[in-house]
Amino acid sequence: MNSDRKPFDVLVVGAGPAGIAAAATAAECGARVGIIDDNPAPGGQIWRGESANRGGEPASWLVKLDHPNIQRLSGTRVFDHPAAHVLHAETAEGFLELSYQKLILATGARERFLPFPGWTLPNVMGAGGLQALVKCGLPIEGKRVVVAGTGPLLLAVASYLRKHGAEIPIICEQASRASLARFGLALLSQPQKIAQGLSLRRDLSGVPFVTQSWPIAAGGDGVIKDVRIRRGRITETIACDYLACGFHLVPNTELPALVGCRLRDGYVEVDNLARTSVADVFCAGEPTGIGGIELSLVEGQIAGATAAGRPEVAQKHARARTKLEAFVRALDRAFALRPELKKVPLPETIVCRCEDVTYARLKPHGSSRSAKLETRCGMGPCQGRVCGPATQFLFHWSPDSVRPPIFPTVLRNLAAMSCREAQHSGAMRGSQ
Amino acid sequence: MPELLTVTVNGRSVAVRAGATVAAAMMIAACDCRKSVSGEPRGPLCGMGICFECRAMIDGIPHRRSCQIVCVSGMEIRTDE
Repeated sequence: MNSDRKPFDVLVVGAGPAGIAAAATAAECGARVGIIDDNPAPGGQIWRGESANRGGEPASWLVKLDHPNIQRLSGTRVFDHPAAHVLHAETAEGFLELSYQKLILATGARERFLPFPGWTLPNVMGAGGLQALVKCGLPIEGKRVVVAGTGPLLLAVASYLRKHGAEIPIICEQASRASLARFGLALLSQPQKIAQGLSLRRDLSGVPFVTQSWPIAAGGDGVIKDVRIRRGRITETIACDYLACGFHLVPNTELPALVGCRLRDGYVEVDNLARTSVADVFCAGEPTGIGGIELSLVEGQIAGATAAGRPEVAQKHARARTKLEAFVRALDRAFALRPELKKVPLPETIVCRCEDVTYARLKPHGSSRSAKLETRCGMGPCQGRVCGPATQFLFHWSPDSVRPPIFPTVLRNLAAMSCREAQHSGAMRGSQ
Repeated sequence: MPELLTVTVNGRSVAVRAGATVAAAMMIAACDCRKSVSGEPRGPLCGMGICFECRAMIDGIPHRRSCQIVCVSGMEIRTDE
């Protein structure tokens, strides 16, 4: 337990690009920094499996975490915010209380999953999900992987899997060709992004990339064996070992919401210095808008400098940020979900995978709260992180309020949590 | 060749490369991670510790998210069978 330790000047939650940039910048500005991440190693999802001695851009950032002012806490998961300037977390060893002067939330994003018949079969995974497993030791050589869904991640994942020996029979993108063409035009001001896109196209030469196409069913007994896709007016069945399917990204806003940060259109509201609506709390990266790695690095540096009391350092990145923000809007427009996807689930299709709640059981409800009370939808261990974005799209339900613990934790930690909470509220009463 | 290590999944030995996660070991062993509340087989979905589909018993501790835990030589993994 670190309750006896001195509070961190700056505590960063999330060790992806935004969090790393924030921690490094705050440390360079002289702050004593802690950086927490749920994953076994820093890097976030995009730099999963990279290391400081591998070279390239990821290494040039990861090495900055060796700064003597930075304490790393990997394998550490925040589950509560019991009082201002305090977080509760768990590790494999147990309960951890962390206190801080300034908090930077760099909690990243997750894939959006949409239900279709058969999507609960083993080996139907997120696009980023399958890539993460391959980075973490799953051999993919010689396997047939259909890549489907929407967003730039599909091409990156397909290219990665192919380099590792997978056969990619097809990539299905639900957006229209016209929409992608507009996206291409919107990128003309950003040569780096165009270069990335062209290099992916080269890596994927010979792989059919079809637009206005999406999975309508996965077939198989106990494990996926084929996927039916809609492609314009026709449907076709494609044999595969894996279906890697994700519908772009949604921000992880559970912790920002618990801390009390105001959200707008599902994203954490920040000003040009990365300040949220809560004093001493900053936010950087995907939770403020899905904008990719360059924007995350810039926002991380802004948040790190501001939190360390050096707004003039933060100001230097303002122009870069404004330029990259155009990409956020272009992404949102280009990969907006088409309404036909709402008609894909059948009545018996499971929507909430934790509690096995079907589409037919959810449809009569008018809100996520009502569905939660009647069907347990969203009450399983993922706490609606998977089904929430799906029901938001399918039924226009707004997310239910966030309550602690924001991740399931063992009873021992809950006991420690309520004991500490009693102390915090006691301390507040005592000071009045 | 990367360094290999051995874990057991439901009592069977499985070789994985150093740094592999328990979720990868279960997939190599072709074992589903768990049975859902209605008895469906489930495997990993998100690969990043969000969805809880890959939870399994690791060294006697139940409900651990196998995609977030790196294999250690001799680790005993059990899935719902």
